[in-house]
Amino acid sequence: MLTRRFSFDKLKRWVWSFVRFVLIAGLSFVILYPILQKISTAIKHKSDLYSPIVVWIPENFTFDNIRDAMSIMNYWETLFNTFMLSGMTTILTAASCALAGYAFARLRFKGSNILFFGVILTILVPPTTILIPVYMNLREFSLGGLIPLLTGNTVNLLDSYWPFILTSITANSLKAGLYIFIFTQFFRGVPKAIEEAAYIDGAGVGSTFFRIMLPNAFPAIVTVVLFSFVWQWNDSFYTTTYLTSSHVMSTQLSSLPYNLEMFLDGGDAASSDPFYLSMVQDTGILLAILPLIILYLFVQRYFVQSIERTGVVG
Amino acid sequence: MNAVRKVKMSLQSYDGQKVLWGLLFVSPWLFGFIFFFFVPLLTSLQYSFSTIEASSEGLNVTFTGLSNYIEALAVNPNFNRQLVESLFEIVIDVPLILIFSLFIAVLLNQEFFGRSVARSIFFLPVILASGVILGLEAESLVQEINQQNANAGGLANALGAFELERIMLRAGVNDYVVNYLTGAVSRIYDIVSQSGVQILIFLAGIQTISPQIYEASKMEGATGYEAFWKITLPMVSPLILVNLIYTIIDSFSRSPVTELIMSTGFDNLNFGLSSAMAWVYFISIMLILAISTYLISKKVFYQE
Repeated sequence: MLTRRFSFDKLKRWVWSFVRFVLIAGLSFVILYPILQKISTAIKHKSDLYSPIVVWIPENFTFDNIRDAMSIMNYWETLFNTFMLSGMTTILTAASCALAGYAFARLRFKGSNILFFGVILTILVPPTTILIPVYMNLREFSLGGLIPLLTGNTVNLLDSYWPFILTSITANSLKAGLYIFIFTQFFRGVPKAIEEAAYIDGAGVGSTFFRIMLPNAFPAIVTVVLFSFVWQWNDSFYTTTYLTSSHVMSTQLSSLPYNLEMFLDGGDAASSDPFYLSMVQDTGILLAILPLIILYLFVQRYFVQSIERTGVVG
Repeated sequence: MNAVRKVKMSLQSYDGQKVLWGLLFVSPWLFGFIFFFFVPLLTSLQYSFSTIEASSEGLNVTFTGLSNYIEALAVNPNFNRQLVESLFEIVIDVPLILIFSLFIAVLLNQEFFGRSVARSIFFLPVILASGVILGLEAESLVQEINQQNANAGGLANALGAFELERIMLRAGVNDYVVNYLTGAVSRIYDIVSQSGVQILIFLAGIQTISPQIYEASKMEGATGYEAFWKITLPMVSPLILVNLIYTIIDSFSRSPVTELIMSTGFDNLNFGLSSAMAWVYFISIMLILAISTYLISKKVFYQE
């Protein structure tokens, strides 16, 4: 009797782990499918596209697509620019959001609740709503009438990195409200006794923050840095509006179809076949996300760990 | 004089120092909030009620009342259709995404061989499914060819959802429910790719539940199924709310309405109409958020 019950339990567990394996493997495949597909497309020769026997592994192996996509996208320069832009906004955003988050969590003053409501508002209002006035503001940037007083003219900040620098230094860049929220939640969870101990040992508010709270906030910083970097890298909404001629990954990607046609028509008109265009475009997408995937392989273990410790979840 | 000294004294105290530093720390954000958020928000509201003409001296803003709103809702052929479509899509997708991501988070929390690999695969959409990549992917022809090849090769692929539908209909399941479920199956990639962050948040939440609770319930004879409904679900219910809000905001940012608003503003240079559309859009998000938050928050369980 006992043994039968035991084996029934064992069977149940075995069936469950089988079902789980099938589910997870299947869904993993669904997620990986587009990437695998792009890799396979990137190394295919054009003739393989129509060959019915080629599905995944190409018959005629070639680097032509990758070479074409790289030269059209101006790849290395673009990669460098994107790294600079994302890295810069990430560092500035993390710094300014950490300051604001700490202030909202611990250094409370009259009206800071109202201001925190403002943070929530920045999360809720879609960026589309305020984009046009911000755009006009940046095109004729006057800093509230200060710059025209000095130089007599407004400054056009579009098509430079200044919009990104200014918005991230003031914690109003892409999804910055969310980062402030994360920091606030985190600092709220740190025991007050730590601060009091620091105060008794003679630390002022500033040095308490910089020497004690900030090093302790490592998980929150990791989370914010990861998300901010990735989202800035992929963002097409702000980059395509603010930057028109600079080469960063997402502007290059969105103008890739057009550039590609120019490139191919200039060379050989016969080869401008829509399937080939799409092939090079897929290769371009792969090239654009490849650096992120490589980075991801190194930092992915921090993802769950840090979110868990940020206190967003409880 | 006395009052000044009082203020001076209070600023020298620890609490006074805190207030000073607090103001200092908040000031960059506040500055940006005013310049890059609040003033633009008001300007956009003003634009939405006016006609804007660009001239050599700058912009001529004339107040025209509700005409932009009327044009957006009644005259423009695309706006109201796209708005209603994307609202429907959200109402349909959000429950699916929430249930799916909670389910996956529970799965990924269990011990099994290759768990860390599975986790890193499931968080990949956080990186991949955003912004421009998604838009370009939709029009990829290579993908289409391959899909056709796959369909020709393996009939099972196409038949899967169809068979399921027939079985469920025979079993007497409601028509509407069947369509909802089979629709979900065929859109599985969309759902998976939108639930990266949600899985992450749920997983982190599940991991903060203390194992003692599960141990105690196991001693009392609870099965894993019961433990899920009686322990895991109530404990993560605050996160359901968080994820709900995140999902709604996220799915609005990828809806075609955003594109329409942008093209009205920047290609047709009709700033007034574009702002009016953006405000209608914002208000409808707020409505959906308010209704769903109200419905969910009554069920949320807090420990305190």
